[in-house]
Amino acid sequence: MSSNNLIELSGTLLYTAFFLYLIATVFFSFTIGNKRKSDGKAGKIGITLTIIGFLSQFAYFITRWMGSGHAPVSNLFEFMTFFGMAIVLGFIIIYFIYKLSVLGLFALPVALIIIAYASMFPTEVSPLIPSLQSHWLYIHVTTVSLAQGILTISFVAGLIYLIRQVDQTKTTKQTTWLEITIYSLILFVGFILASTLFNVMNYNATFEYPTTGNTTVETEYHMPAIAGPTDGTLLTDGVMEPWFETPGWMHGADAGRKFNTLIWSFIFGTGLYLLLRLVFRKRIGAAIQPLVKNAKPDLLDEIGYRAVAIGFPVFTLGGLIFAAIWAEEAWGRFWGWDPKEVWALITWFFYAAYLHLRLSRGWHGEKSAWLAVVGFAIIMFNLIVVNLVLAGLHSYA
Amino acid sequence: MKRIKCECGHVNPEGTVLCEACGKPIEENQHIDGNDKKKLLNMRYDGTARRSQTYNKSIVDKIWSFFSSVKVGVWLIVLALIASAIGSIFPQEQYIPADAASRDPAIFYEERYGIFGLIFYQLGFHNLYSSWWYMILIALIGVSLVICSLDRFVPLFKALRNQKAKRHETFLNRQRLFSETDEVTNEDLESVKQGLKNQRYKLTEEDGHILAEKGRFSRWGPYVNHIGLIIILLAALLRTTPLFYMDEYVWVREGEQVVLPGTDQAYYIENKDFIIENHNPNDERFEEAIAEEGGEVPSNYQTNVAIYQAQEPEVTGAEPELQKIIDSNIRMNQPAKFDGYAVYQSGYQLNEFSSMSFKIHETDDPDEDALGSFTVDLTSPESEYELENGFRVEVTNYYPDYYLDDNGEPASETNYPRNPAFVMMVHPPDGSEPEISFLGIGKNIDATGENDYKVGITNFETHDVSGLSIRKDYSLPYFLVGAIIFMIGVIQGMYWQHRRVWIRPKDNGILLAAHTNKNWHGVTKDIEKSISGTNVNMVKDQQELDE
Ligand code: HEM
Repeated sequence: MSSNNLIELSGTLLYTAFFLYLIATVFFSFTIGNKRKSDGKAGKIGITLTIIGFLSQFAYFITRWMGSGHAPVSNLFEFMTFFGMAIVLGFIIIYFIYKLSVLGLFALPVALIIIAYASMFPTEVSPLIPSLQSHWLYIHVTTVSLAQGILTISFVAGLIYLIRQVDQTKTTKQTTWLEITIYSLILFVGFILASTLFNVMNYNATFEYPTTGNTTVETEYHMPAIAGPTDGTLLTDGVMEPWFETPGWMHGADAGRKFNTLIWSFIFGTGLYLLLRLVFRKRIGAAIQPLVKNAKPDLLDEIGYRAVAIGFPVFTLGGLIFAAIWAEEAWGRFWGWDPKEVWALITWFFYAAYLHLRLSRGWHGEKSAWLAVVGFAIIMFNLIVVNLVLAGLHSYA
Repeated sequence: MKRIKCECGHVNPEGTVLCEACGKPIEENQHIDGNDKKKLLNMRYDGTARRSQTYNKSIVDKIWSFFSSVKVGVWLIVLALIASAIGSIFPQEQYIPADAASRDPAIFYEERYGIFGLIFYQLGFHNLYSSWWYMILIALIGVSLVICSLDRFVPLFKALRNQKAKRHETFLNRQRLFSETDEVTNEDLESVKQGLKNQRYKLTEEDGHILAEKGRFSRWGPYVNHIGLIIILLAALLRTTPLFYMDEYVWVREGEQVVLPGTDQAYYIENKDFIIENHNPNDERFEEAIAEEGGEVPSNYQTNVAIYQAQEPEVTGAEPELQKIIDSNIRMNQPAKFDGYAVYQSGYQLNEFSSMSFKIHETDDPDEDALGSFTVDLTSPESEYELENGFRVEVTNYYPDYYLDDNGEPASETNYPRNPAFVMMVHPPDGSEPEISFLGIGKNIDATGENDYKVGITNFETHDVSGLSIRKDYSLPYFLVGAIIFMIGVIQGMYWQHRRVWIRPKDNGILLAAHTNKNWHGVTKDIEKSISGTNVNMVKDQQELDE
């Protein structure tokens, strides 16, 4: 098979996996009414579909690797889809320990959102620049991702715990923060909706703007420009004029376009959130609370803890040790305080704090669940904000 | 020392919460672990006496207690975490982009990020990770780590080594997992014991009291991993000394041989060739992506080098004799390694000028016939050139990397011949007044407009230059050892758990209790399996959900 056929096939396999995860989620939702812990047929079908989906995505990974000649973890699309796959794997592992179906009902949608999010970035295979040509790239990136996938399960368990345990009869700090957490997840959906819509419309507007050193560059907006580039000029006719310019302190490659995308994500995400509120006529947290009423809180709490206990050593190995070995091979310094490294350290510090708080200060239950939410926020920050905004040496941006 | 005798006869050291022998709570000390307010016993460190909880008089006690508190430890970690996060908002000093208008941190941060940049700079966040207060923070974490571990390790070690199977009834019924069965036959008991053995529990018996235990070694995990961390911190300290760590950078032209800096003149390197390669833009796999990147994506940066070792010269002061030790093709991710040094491909400069050739002709000669010619070696230009037929050219100014500065004056941006320009005085053979010419790439300016002779560039040669870093890092093995020990420790502590089951006969039945340091699901499963087929009651989870 030629490389391009392989790459095409890998695309199909990824779609298949996506679809299977979607159907598996539906089956997991059928288990909700069940009182028993292991939930009969629906749960079995759900996990079987999840595993087939995972295998399909794994086949995507292998075929794309064969097609491109290097492990597909070298740009944002490839990296994020791998992260989605790691979440599914983390879920499968934890499922076989605890047999808790409701976990799938939340873990799979998180993975789905992440894979869909990834697909909004350029998906072509790109050649490796010299600094990435190392086996340590695969080893490092795959282990970190796997660890983050497992740690995400702790977030999922924490989220279910909170949805179940937070008292929704009155407005409190807890209900507010829970809504903010859910709203943040919906913002990703907003981004996906906006990208897909404007992509279907084939929207395109070209701007020209000055950069450092008296040169001008062109940038293409694929969403109508609410925020134009700083000091930019619109070159395309017959499209929307920007309402305002991206403030000058936002630097970095294509700051204007990214800022504009962010604005649209907020618009669509907020719209969707408000629509849901309108439909349910209560907080989203309150609306989904009945779905999880059968989950036992202490089991959820233990799952959250266990996921961290499993994920933390893997993260140390991949995110710090392998990263350091690779950096030593590539740049001759195993640690250089570039933003990506700093955020890996922050993640590690954070989960170390989590473990100590749990062990010695008895932070169980709700406190621990909130920590898991913060941990996930840190992981996502490292994946998205650091790559797109603080980008250092690492070339995923 | 105030010792406490338990009703079982064991004498416990001051500060003990649960009797070391039978586990019976010691009345007056229940507040230490907060047991007085709870139904369940706090099983941390098995209720042994800890120095930090017991003595609090002298200043040493106070410092010890302070650093042995996990609360303090977590605070230190959180502070380090927040500081690190703030430090990553703007680039650190060494990552100020090369295209910045000014790379002086005093100017750069304010100019680019405004008031926030200024604050960032003034608070020292631009060099956060080597600032004294960040170092102190990390050092404090280290101190806390050591004290914390010692405070707990010693008593825990003693407690776990001398465990008695016979435990007090309150010890059992205040465990999280507990059950009581009124009638248990001998067969059932044997079956439970066998069940526990089958799951690799080690059983100790004492007058019909049973302790089943497995995975005790996992309790040492945290201490092992903390030792690993301490080794890493010490290695980081070593690395700040030049004895352990050296970091140098050198530019080497193609064909040039230079001494490797930082090696005490012991090694020389010759740049035989610098190669830069791009991915094939017609590669069907990458066509699209490469086009998006503007048609050029580098695939390889490589310097072919020979490395020589200087032999002690026979006569002191004479040029050392060089002996080649290796030929190497240095690429990214493939440094050259020899004698504890490593040389990395770190930068390059294409097409620097090596030499330029000029000729002189009469200004109004349409054929520009050469009256004389000369070649300037740009790596060591001379100040004057005598030409064949009596011309003399004086190089009055040389700008290796010419640009016009803010005042419109010619200047050189770097010392590398990347865009050479000259001011030359041409002295004609007849001894008349010299004429001034300004020459550069694409420039040939006759300042007065009255020159009789013109200088023109006829030819030039270029070379590439490699930027190589030279590192020596003898601290690496220590980091590696620390990292390995850390990994062993976390895996030991996280992937195994210390599970204990106690069985205490009571009348015709038994009390059954269990404890684990984590993974309650696992120990519950173990018990479920062991008691299956018997009429021993399944343990109940007595955890109070006190959210
Ligand atoms: C970044 C630094 C640190 C890391 C990565 C780290 C890592 C760990 C890990 C992985 C555990 C095992 C947790 C578990 O089994 O759930 C642990 C336990 C522990 N750590 Fe740390 N630690 C750090 C700093 C500290 C500090 C500063 C202190 C002192 C206040 C401390 C005190 C403890 C204690 C008391 C335990 C429990 C020991 C036991 O179970 O007997 N750690 N640490």
